[in-house]
Amino acid sequence: MSQGNMRLKLHIWRQKGASAPGAMKTYEVTANEHMSFLEMLDVLNQELIEKGEEPVAFDHDCREGICGSCNMVINGHPHGPQRGTTACQLHMRTFKDGDEIFVEPWRARAFPIIKDLVVDRTAFDRIIASGGYVSVNSGSAPDANEILIGRDDAEEAFEYAACIGCGACVAACKNASAMLFTAAKFAHLEKLPQGQVESDRRAVEMVMQHDAEGFGACTNQYECEAACPKEISVTSIAMLNRAYRRAALSSKS
Amino acid sequence: MQSLLRFLGSTVGAKFLMALTGVLLALFVVGHLSGNFLLYKGQDAMNDYAEMLQGLGPALWIVRLGLLAVFATHIYYGIRLKRRNAAARPVNYAHEDTIQASFASRSMILTGLVVLAFVAMHLAHFTLGWLDAEAYDLKQTVQRDGQPFERHDVFGMVVAGFHNDVFVILYAFAMVVLGLHLSHGLHSLFQTLGFRHPAYTPWIERIGRGLAWVLAVGFLSIPLAVRFGFIAAAGGGDAG
Amino acid sequence: MTNLDAKIPSGPLEKKWDSRRFELKLVNPANKRKYRVLVVGTGLAGGSAAATLAELGYNVEAFCFQDSPRRAHSIAAQGGINAAKNYQGDGDSVQRLFYDTIKGGDFRSREANVYRLAQVSVNIIDQCVAQGVPFAREYGGTLANRSFGGAQVSRTFYARGQTGQQLLIGCYQALERQVQAGKVKMHTRHEMLDVVLVDGHAKGIVTRDLKTGKIQRHFGDAVILATGGYGNVFYLSTNAKNCNVTAAYRAHRRGALFANPCYTQIHPTCIPVSGDYQSKLTLMSESLRNDGRIWVPKKHGDDRKPGQIPEGERDYYLERKYPSFGNLAPRDIASRAAKEACDDGRGVGPGGLGVYLDFADAIQRLGEDAVRSRYGNLFHMYAKITGDDPYKTPMRIYPAVHYTMGGLWVDYHLQSTIPGLFVLGEANFSDHGANRLGASALMQGLADGYFVIPYTLGNYLADQRPGLADEQHAAFAEVENEVRARLQRLMDVNGSRTVDSFHRELGKLIWDKCGMARDKQGLEEALRRIPELREEFWGNVRVPGDTGDFNQELEKAGRVADFMEFGEMMCLDALTRDESCGGHFRTEHQTDDGEAMRNDDDFAHVAAWERKSDGSGWTEHREQLEFENVKLSVRSYK
Repeated sequence: MSQGNMRLKLHIWRQKGASAPGAMKTYEVTANEHMSFLEMLDVLNQELIEKGEEPVAFDHDCREGICGSCNMVINGHPHGPQRGTTACQLHMRTFKDGDEIFVEPWRARAFPIIKDLVVDRTAFDRIIASGGYVSVNSGSAPDANEILIGRDDAEEAFEYAACIGCGACVAACKNASAMLFTAAKFAHLEKLPQGQVESDRRAVEMVMQHDAEGFGACTNQYECEAACPKEISVTSIAMLNRAYRRAALSSKS
Repeated sequence: MQSLLRFLGSTVGAKFLMALTGVLLALFVVGHLSGNFLLYKGQDAMNDYAEMLQGLGPALWIVRLGLLAVFATHIYYGIRLKRRNAAARPVNYAHEDTIQASFASRSMILTGLVVLAFVAMHLAHFTLGWLDAEAYDLKQTVQRDGQPFERHDVFGMVVAGFHNDVFVILYAFAMVVLGLHLSHGLHSLFQTLGFRHPAYTPWIERIGRGLAWVLAVGFLSIPLAVRFGFIAAAGGGDAG
Repeated sequence: MTNLDAKIPSGPLEKKWDSRRFELKLVNPANKRKYRVLVVGTGLAGGSAAATLAELGYNVEAFCFQDSPRRAHSIAAQGGINAAKNYQGDGDSVQRLFYDTIKGGDFRSREANVYRLAQVSVNIIDQCVAQGVPFAREYGGTLANRSFGGAQVSRTFYARGQTGQQLLIGCYQALERQVQAGKVKMHTRHEMLDVVLVDGHAKGIVTRDLKTGKIQRHFGDAVILATGGYGNVFYLSTNAKNCNVTAAYRAHRRGALFANPCYTQIHPTCIPVSGDYQSKLTLMSESLRNDGRIWVPKKHGDDRKPGQIPEGERDYYLERKYPSFGNLAPRDIASRAAKEACDDGRGVGPGGLGVYLDFADAIQRLGEDAVRSRYGNLFHMYAKITGDDPYKTPMRIYPAVHYTMGGLWVDYHLQSTIPGLFVLGEANFSDHGANRLGASALMQGLADGYFVIPYTLGNYLADQRPGLADEQHAAFAEVENEVRARLQRLMDVNGSRTVDSFHRELGKLIWDKCGMARDKQGLEEALRRIPELREEFWGNVRVPGDTGDFNQELEKAGRVADFMEFGEMMCLDALTRDESCGGHFRTEHQTDDGEAMRNDDDFAHVAAWERKSDGSGWTEHREQLEFENVKLSVRSYK
């Protein structure tokens, strides 16, 4: 075996379509330690196509850890074993020759499988649409420096806003709860004066949409935080819990 | 009203209720244990306390019903959330792993149900006397206004009860499970109620876990103390 | 011959946009809801356009091939967004941003467009802050700025190294707000495969639902393309894997002229290639050049570790050659300088294709913590990809394809040569000339979407009867059949080579012949070989699966097929533009010290290509660039 190469046994979830039955299938592939995990799957797919088989479908796009497209559970960990890293930035040097690797899709009722490792995450868009924005029309904004925001608040808002919407939090949670996603968006806007105006409505609407999508409840195990490739803190969830209670109980209807 | 119903129907609202009832139940557990510690003081102290509680009359029933309601709410919402959560993840991973979730946090429903079963057994055992009628019927005779007066001998009942190894083992097991349940619940409820702070939360977690095990060990000490003779019927008289 | 009327307003530069806005026809609010506008692509340009048009009352249908509009590749922009706010009081102004951009583009862009861009840049920042974009702040609460390549003022607003992400999320939220309001219908995982013309006007598109493979027709009173650039023609680029030229190229095939395809930007600071399995290249933000120093060993083939090379034996070549801009020289210049050093045999790392970007001085001057707070996430990313720790050893970087200045030709209203077809953002050619300055792409995308198209689209629609046609119109059926036939043709080849293998080969060819440096001979060779490769593609590609299904290989095959044609046009443009300017460096045209040599007498124009109807090649049209406010000068950063 040449320098840096490794022989791997992969167990990958294969499922032809949304309603087709799926199963784990085993493949062998030779990878190089400098490859990203997705490049390793590319190699496998090229081999499969050449053999006349269907390649493994998986979502990916930017391959630099920011678009949030890639999503696969690798050995029980969303995006694999390295903390703060998306699957596309996970490099094969994390593994060693002879390793067995399990590759599975995000598992959640709210994320139905489309094919193989590809799932439908539009539930996240609907949560944002329910209230995850500031209602301001183009052209109606005051001068940017009229809103003063302390550096620490801006930084904290950024920490939450760093969410890439990949869904690893849902995949990691044994309840398939999307609380970290929902709360990160909420907390990002909550930390900014621009977001305060609609805070109550936002808290209520986003939680209701989260529930309506069929995600589970948060049971404070914090697996989401550990799996989050952007390492977003569950402090956001406490913030949403508090705001939601305040908003829901003081609501006039 | 509508907003309250909507609140309780949501995952966050249900969790809030779990935390709130959890606080009340934890307070009850603390009260219960401090009562239990009277066993170490002796037969009279324990039985005085029991008699005082009995003497509360309707007030006792109000507290009992309140406690029952809190219990029922905690259980009802616990099961409801569990069902919802299970439905949210219909297919499990072929290769499961966790990073930082504690065992306690992952087994709340299980530990909760064990505690529920234990409570049922405990009520049947010491409150209703169905499991050990002989011990339950023990009486203590005390002098009151110069007259002999017979009262329920709670102390004797407990001592007699824990001479049975089966009960000691069951109680000991249940208390470990309760400790697990509380070791997640006692700090997790702060998160649910919306309190989290980078400086305080680590302490809340430590204290919550510590308190849970202090409570569990406290409860556990009683059957063990009885079993190993640290608590024994005074003078061996009518309790025997 | 198509008449290239850029519709530039008359009058003084600073009044042009104002007076044009006054002249533009309006659609009254009650009538706006009678119109349906199709927006293809939901990055910064498309997303902001869709949201804003919906706010105005139009019915918008938006399309993206990703699973969510939040994933468009705008999200990967790192460094920042320029705006002439002059919050730092360091001498910035609309005029200066305008001039820097024109000069940065090597005097190959339209004055009026660039001036408008500089004008609305200030509104963009206001808009984004109001949406909740968490820009970096000073302790006092005001917005922070940093400097960027090609400018001597600090006018770049940023959110750590994730500015594009934060701007896109702001825009995505505005878009989702309109989805909730029922004014935008969002079609995710839909790829536009063709545009439909009714009586010469763009009145719809045909898409493929990537989930189900269903081919669908969509009518719109106007069509907006905001589908990004064509950098992936090189296969390896910093673009996302699925970025493609298909929407723009399909529009081109229907008659929209394609302008300046040879203008591509090679970004100087990317992580070098590590092997042939490499699927894409990763950019390290230009902002790193604020504090990092670029160097190579003075000695040829010096294979000592960087730490062992003493100061005196290092060549900080940018600081040496361009003392006033130093490491902040514009991208094209910094890239070429790196290539020169490597061609000279002084490159570092495997294959000698790399230069050092060294932070040792910055760490010594500012402390590791300060460096971490500025660039922490970039250092982290570098370490993850390469396994090296940039706090301890210098980064190795090499230029990579990053952005494409060329695009569909549009007039001042952002309308292409097909009436009713508007093109925004990187997909059009308009504002960056032959080279884009750092932190200007985000600015242009949002300017087009938030502040230009909302005015100019109304002017077009005001003359259009709403609902002129519908999906049953014969033109839709015809285009749909063509789309189906083409997909089927791809499936039917059933050859033996994978789509990726063709894409790699095409990309390598174009990188070699039409990359950082180009010459007549190489371009002619490319023009010979691309048609051969295309022929082989159509005779030997293998696309597994079938059309009526989720089929990522089929998606890729369609895109690569278009790159196979597009690449040829690009090389043709590069060959025809017999001068050096900005990102287009013809080795035949350089000064004695290796700088690009423009030929303003013959090439101060936009080259807009029309595809011949029989597919046998292209016809060039020229839009002469008039410079009334700036003096064409040799672009010097010395």
